[in-house]
Amino acid sequence: MPISSPYKPLLILLLAGFLAALISVSIGSTAIGFEDTLRVITGSGTELQQTLILELRLPRTLSAFATGGLLAVAGALMQVLLRNPLADPYVLGLSGGAAVGALLAMLAGAAGFLVSGSAFAGAMLATLLVFGLAHGSGSWTPSRLLLTGVVVAAGWGAIITLILSMTPASRLPGMLYWLMGDLSHAATPWPGLIILLLVCLMVFPLGRALNVLARGSLQAAALGVSVRPLEWSIYLMASLLTATAVTMAGSVGFVGLVVPHMLRLVLGNDQRLILPACALAGGTLLVLADTLARVVIAPEQLPVGVITALIGVPTFLYLLYRSR
Amino acid sequence: MTRLTTEALIIDIPGRASVVPLNLAIEPGQVWGVLGPNGVGKTTLLHTLAGLREPRSGQLLLDGTPLGNIRRKTVSQRMGLVFQDRQDGFPATALETALIGRHPWLSPWQMESGEDLAIAERALEALDVIHLKDRLVNTLSGGERQRVAIATLMTQSPEIWLLDEPTNHLDLQHQTAVMKLLRQQAACDRAVFMCLHDLNLAARWCDQILLLYPDGQACWGPARDMLVTSALESLFGQRLLSAELDGFPVFVPG
Repeated sequence: MPISSPYKPLLILLLAGFLAALISVSIGSTAIGFEDTLRVITGSGTELQQTLILELRLPRTLSAFATGGLLAVAGALMQVLLRNPLADPYVLGLSGGAAVGALLAMLAGAAGFLVSGSAFAGAMLATLLVFGLAHGSGSWTPSRLLLTGVVVAAGWGAIITLILSMTPASRLPGMLYWLMGDLSHAATPWPGLIILLLVCLMVFPLGRALNVLARGSLQAAALGVSVRPLEWSIYLMASLLTATAVTMAGSVGFVGLVVPHMLRLVLGNDQRLILPACALAGGTLLVLADTLARVVIAPEQLPVGVITALIGVPTFLYLLYRSR
Repeated sequence: MTRLTTEALIIDIPGRASVVPLNLAIEPGQVWGVLGPNGVGKTTLLHTLAGLREPRSGQLLLDGTPLGNIRRKTVSQRMGLVFQDRQDGFPATALETALIGRHPWLSPWQMESGEDLAIAERALEALDVIHLKDRLVNTLSGGERQRVAIATLMTQSPEIWLLDEPTNHLDLQHQTAVMKLLRQQAACDRAVFMCLHDLNLAARWCDQILLLYPDGQACWGPARDMLVTSALESLFGQRLLSAELDGFPVFVPG
């Protein structure tokens, strides 16, 4: 609702995010009490605790937060762009492109930065491919974009299967972990966090125009919105967000679909509120999911994508079932 | 006060060769009715006038300035359009729907103020849907949605009102109420330009009529001169009986 103050839900979500991060850095192979954690954050505590929290756990927690926030905001933007509450960056084949990029790099024996860079390139290639093909010779409609994305995503799926079937068995586990989403290889959270913050700041002045765009492109044009440039920038922004998230954590499903959908049920559909709320709620969700992934079968770790899908699938089916 | 004029305007209907160019002058205070059979281009004409579609040739002038030279936002402050069909992909209440009409009047950083809210509520009240303001639009009936759409245009409060079949889905009482409201707007020096299918509503409420024929012919002028039985019979390919009631012509299929 544009009328009520947007600050209260955002403050609550911010608090939830902070608490989730606190839990996440406290739990692990060596449990650290909340008091000690707070002491470390304020600059004291033992040296071991400092290393454990500031150098090992905090970067991973921040990476999880950034990934979740990026994916949720990207999902919310795609949903407005396609005027379809069920859209999601993954539906449009962006993660498929990123996965093919990453797997090809792994197949070639690369690791670390090369895999991330290749994933990023793959996601951007997928973006251009879908956008170019959907544009075609005719007009560019949401349903055409969605259909193009779904078909291209199916194509990426086939290529992924092909790569997996050609890969020597010794390299398969790393690839599978990447495909399922895994935060243990996230190098640094900062690029993701900075991009998330920048996009949230950029999106605020665009928020009302996005609200109008959700009513259809003709209606938006009649109300003075420059529809085509706006649609382009949403698509590019969502692609950049997705590519950054996928590069950090591999392919983590369902955050982009479920988080915006749940928030809309509670908060309405004012993008000026929904988009920052998505950043906070998506981040919080992934921090919690990653904490679970680390502790459920400790000392082994689960890929975080498994947890989000296990939470996401029933939640989403329930919402869909209830909404008619 | 804003006037919209067209110079040798030919709208772009695929596959239509010979067309009479339109030289219309839509003046403040006028209520225009566009009549013609299905598929003749009434909606295309409205979209073209609103600048949402390129004409095949000719130009549109808003107060003498070509429409293309005016910022989209400025255009939407002066001219608004009620569409025939609407997208309700996301749930929104009637009040939120009406409030988007304020978009052209607010800067990107501005939130809707109490005043904007009051404007939207007044519009919902004028259209007799204020009691539905917190209901989700996709749960309303067709006629109620139509009135919310007109309230959105009223919230936008442009000087030129373009409406695509504004009486669609409306019951008799609300058809009359909407037509009265449009006449009131015209009396406040606004221009109203709408597509209609009901000859009798056009005869009763419009002072200017544009007839669009399927072969591309068109004629326009004061309602009295245009609403002639023989012209309307050839327009719709339908025999008509006419009579005069209360000083206005009435047409029924014969």
